[in-house]
Amino acid sequence: MTTQAARRRSNLTPGFCVGVVLTALIALLAGVSFLWTPYDPTLILIESRLLPPSSAHWFGTDHFGRDVFSMILQGARNSIAVALIAVGIGLLIGIPLGLWAAARRGWVDEIVMRSNDLVFAFPALLLAILITAVAGPSAVNAILAIGIFNVPVFARLARGGALSLWTRDFVLAARVAGKGSFAISREHILPNIANVLIVQGTIQFALGILAEAALSYVGLGTQPPSPSWGRMLAESQTFFALAPWLALFPGMAIVATVLGLNLLGDGLRDLLDPKTRVER
Amino acid sequence: MAGQFLQRLMSLSLTLLAATIVIFVVLNIVPGDPATFMMGLNADPQALAQLRQELGLDLPAWQRYLEWLGGLATGDLGTSYTYRVPVVELIGERLSVSLPLTLMATALSLLVALPAGIVAAARRGKLTDAAIVGATQLGVAVPNFWFALILVFVFATTLHWFSAGGFPGWDEGVGPALQALVLPAIALALPQAAILTRVTRSALIETLGEDFIRTARAKGLSESQTLRRHAMRNALIPVLTILGLQFTFLLAGGIIVENVFYLPGLGRLVLQAITQRDLIVVQGVVIVLVAAAIAVTFLVEIAYMLADPRIRTGRT
Amino acid sequence: MSLLNVQALSLTIGATQVLKSVSFDVAPGEILGIVGESGSGKSMTLLSTMRLTPRGAHASGAIRLDGEDLLAKSEGEMCTIRGQRIGMIFQEPMTALNPVQTIGHQVAEMFTLHRGLSAREAVQTAAQHLAQIGLTPDRVPIDRYPHQLSGGQRQRVVIAMATALSPKLVLADEPTTALDVTTQAGILDLLKALAQRNGAGLIFVTHDLAVVASLADRIAIMKQGEIVEEGPAPAIFRTMQHPYSKALRAAATLSPHTRVPKNANVTPILEAVDVGVSYQSSSWKQFGRASHTRAVDGISFKLVPGEVVGIVGESGSGKSTLARALLGIGPVTHGSVQIGGDDFATARGTKLRAIRQRIQVVFQDPYGSLNPRLRVEALIAEPLHLLDRRPSAKERRQRVETILARVGLTASDADKFPHEFSGGQRQRIAIARALILEPKIVVLDEAVSALDVSVRAQIIDLLRDLSERLGIAYLFITHDLSVVRALADRVLVMHNGRVVEEGPVAQVLAKPQHAYTQQLVAASPDLETALAERERTGVSA
Repeated sequence: MTTQAARRRSNLTPGFCVGVVLTALIALLAGVSFLWTPYDPTLILIESRLLPPSSAHWFGTDHFGRDVFSMILQGARNSIAVALIAVGIGLLIGIPLGLWAAARRGWVDEIVMRSNDLVFAFPALLLAILITAVAGPSAVNAILAIGIFNVPVFARLARGGALSLWTRDFVLAARVAGKGSFAISREHILPNIANVLIVQGTIQFALGILAEAALSYVGLGTQPPSPSWGRMLAESQTFFALAPWLALFPGMAIVATVLGLNLLGDGLRDLLDPKTRVER
Repeated sequence: MAGQFLQRLMSLSLTLLAATIVIFVVLNIVPGDPATFMMGLNADPQALAQLRQELGLDLPAWQRYLEWLGGLATGDLGTSYTYRVPVVELIGERLSVSLPLTLMATALSLLVALPAGIVAAARRGKLTDAAIVGATQLGVAVPNFWFALILVFVFATTLHWFSAGGFPGWDEGVGPALQALVLPAIALALPQAAILTRVTRSALIETLGEDFIRTARAKGLSESQTLRRHAMRNALIPVLTILGLQFTFLLAGGIIVENVFYLPGLGRLVLQAITQRDLIVVQGVVIVLVAAAIAVTFLVEIAYMLADPRIRTGRT
Repeated sequence: MSLLNVQALSLTIGATQVLKSVSFDVAPGEILGIVGESGSGKSMTLLSTMRLTPRGAHASGAIRLDGEDLLAKSEGEMCTIRGQRIGMIFQEPMTALNPVQTIGHQVAEMFTLHRGLSAREAVQTAAQHLAQIGLTPDRVPIDRYPHQLSGGQRQRVVIAMATALSPKLVLADEPTTALDVTTQAGILDLLKALAQRNGAGLIFVTHDLAVVASLADRIAIMKQGEIVEEGPAPAIFRTMQHPYSKALRAAATLSPHTRVPKNANVTPILEAVDVGVSYQSSSWKQFGRASHTRAVDGISFKLVPGEVVGIVGESGSGKSTLARALLGIGPVTHGSVQIGGDDFATARGTKLRAIRQRIQVVFQDPYGSLNPRLRVEALIAEPLHLLDRRPSAKERRQRVETILARVGLTASDADKFPHEFSGGQRQRIAIARALILEPKIVVLDEAVSALDVSVRAQIIDLLRDLSERLGIAYLFITHDLSVVRALADRVLVMHNGRVVEEGPVAQVLAKPQHAYTQQLVAASPDLETALAERERTGVSA
């Protein structure tokens, strides 16, 4: 329908466009870092330490003389990898759990929901700190810690959406057509909650970036020599008065990534959800 | 209502009990022998055996769990391995920093978020709304510890209005102590205020789309009267939910910001305990925070009942 | 002088023209019925009068109340007019009241706001007013919250608010559509009495010609934002000129079903024996306090091949629970359901699939019963899942195209998504899905209730035709007696989970025996009866 298409187009708000551009840019930079960085981000050159931004070093150098821009490029890669896998864990475990709970109700539902409550009872960051503290600080453990918290988020969301869909007539019709709960969950439930899950996925992705940065900041995330935005900020603190750019650029990288993903998520919600589309 | 109340209380107590098991298993069984974990792999076997006995590690796990649980019930969280003082004392001391900090941050975020959310909802679609929404987007994206660094740079390093960190303690008077908490509270509050503003705005806008709002307008109420008398209380529940989540998040989320400002709070305590392998302290802090989270959840649910008669009197 | 004079009112929302030069008058004490199908602009006419149109709406023309043009008023002036001089009643009593305020408080707000009464005086006045509307404090105390009231009681609260200050004009937007038939009758009587007592003008908007036939002094018929015909009632029913009004009128009086009754001695295709469904509303959380709710209680009946049985009941009568039990997707806690001699309860695997092939379903809401993300082919082919040998893609397509043709759609429709169809077309798709396996029985759960009247007549024709040609038995579950009259051979009347009366349709509707059936028949709006009644009593404008 042309009017619908027109309405869709008019919903490409400036926020959504900024979100797409920012996210694409960060993803591109992270991709480029696999092939090329201006300098080796782990190369230590004491004689060129704490240089302010210049044409040679766009974002300056740190206390070991490493090129900040190169470190940020590779840090992007690490942050994105940690957050992406953590969201993947949440999606892959949480969604089937939520769908299962909604389809079976009864004791399955009870157990899934109570386990969710249990995970939610641990303040998110504390859980991550606890896990990395016990299992040792590393990027893999950071992924696990953030991922575990994503599981109940998606389980709850999938269950809520699925529960309301299970009472809908088209699901009843599928039951009359002899479809089992697995087939119904796959064919009728999942496609109808996919939008909500995608939107939440981008939000959890953004939260994952923030959580990775926080864990790295306290030394429990990505380990040296691999560069990470959070640890760059932690190291910058000592040289704050001398070299404020050390704190400025990694922070801006985090803000840009999170902002981009959130704007993307909001834009997607407006685009995909007909309910909000009408009121605007 | 009393039945509902008891039912939730029981359910939450069970959650707390389950949490103690998880914490115990994670900290005492998963890493293998805590004594080896504490002393390192090359430790002297004799010293190791002595430490194990001292810690009661020669007992079977279930017995140690029950002892810990018994201690919990009587308010005894054990004795710190490194500080050699009761864990309860340590936590109490650190809470005297973390709790005021959390309260300040919560109050600050409410103070900013409620008016901003209401104004944005009342002027939805207009320029003011767009500006507020834009600001919240930025606020949500800024990591609080980075914001903390910027605050230190601007207000402490450059302007010298506040000290860059540390805490004088409450004995030196309330004034200096509160002053030391101002910047950390602002840093903690900013992202929370942004989230709360968004929730307030969207809850209000959703409520304003309900049929009973049209009824209120048909009665002759003006737009602002409708917002005040009919929309606010209905929009309260999501706001309360987020507020409850935030309080516990702030209590724990202080971990990072306390680090920036060198504040002797719970967060610093737990991070130091982790590096010093003082697991009994970690265990104690975690269970206190989890208990706090559960207690706040319960308070929020009571608040729901007060706010919404449908929950209070049961659906018919 | 007329109380309300609407002159060439046009309304656009964004780029869409919603109202096109609408003009009408309402005199003091007059009841104007505006009749039209969904999207005809009838509700927007009322909202324009209240100046409560959605954002982005632009109105032109004139709306004069006692000679003052409302479109020229400021928002502040409108706030003194709304509630005081114009009251409005809405369709959905479930959502029209603020859920967190007591009903007394909500009615009292009218007096504090416009009359400047103190809170205490206002609540006292509100209590008196509510009692006049039929909500006496002994039955419905004023400190009740909306969710503690029934639909009819809530609608009375809304009416109490709208009439609290005796406005000169009352606007009612489908005020009885969401209510049960017997409740509807009470609300209609109340509105009529209030209009007569206060001498106020009343505009009554509805999609149901029969509802206004007994009520209105004048009737305006709207279609696509225009008034196509207007005149005094009941005379207008004799003089209708516009083809749309004629179609609407014809559709409102469905021709009764006349055919030779099926031979009851044939082996029944469905046999329900003492079927009961009770829900145990207990769990471990309530500390073992078990309580049983009997939704369906002791129902027995037979359905022979090709027969059409109507099951009539209001909301909460248990008719939908019964439907689910018969379809094998809801519990049967007592008795048994035999379909072609087999029972769902004991069947597994191939046997279960064989039973399911015999009974299929069409639901009420054509928007909710089709998964919006699947194409029509996949939707219609869904029951093929029950075949032991799955058809090939080509075979599947062929079957879908055949059945589409049979329900009056085209082969190319198979590649479209549900949102590309109108409500009536979607219901045809749902019927095609139910028929693809050539079942012996189709359960029609309020299958025409959500459709506009003119579409409804077409779907009923289609269903009749399919039943004749394919020999399918229908179990028609509905609240609407006129549909039963048009389609069914026999009728079962359900009330509180039980069948209170059963028999051939003509007999039950003409001479109802049970008190509840009598009440139901009397309360059901019927155009011909209403007109005959008015001719007899000589009430006309």
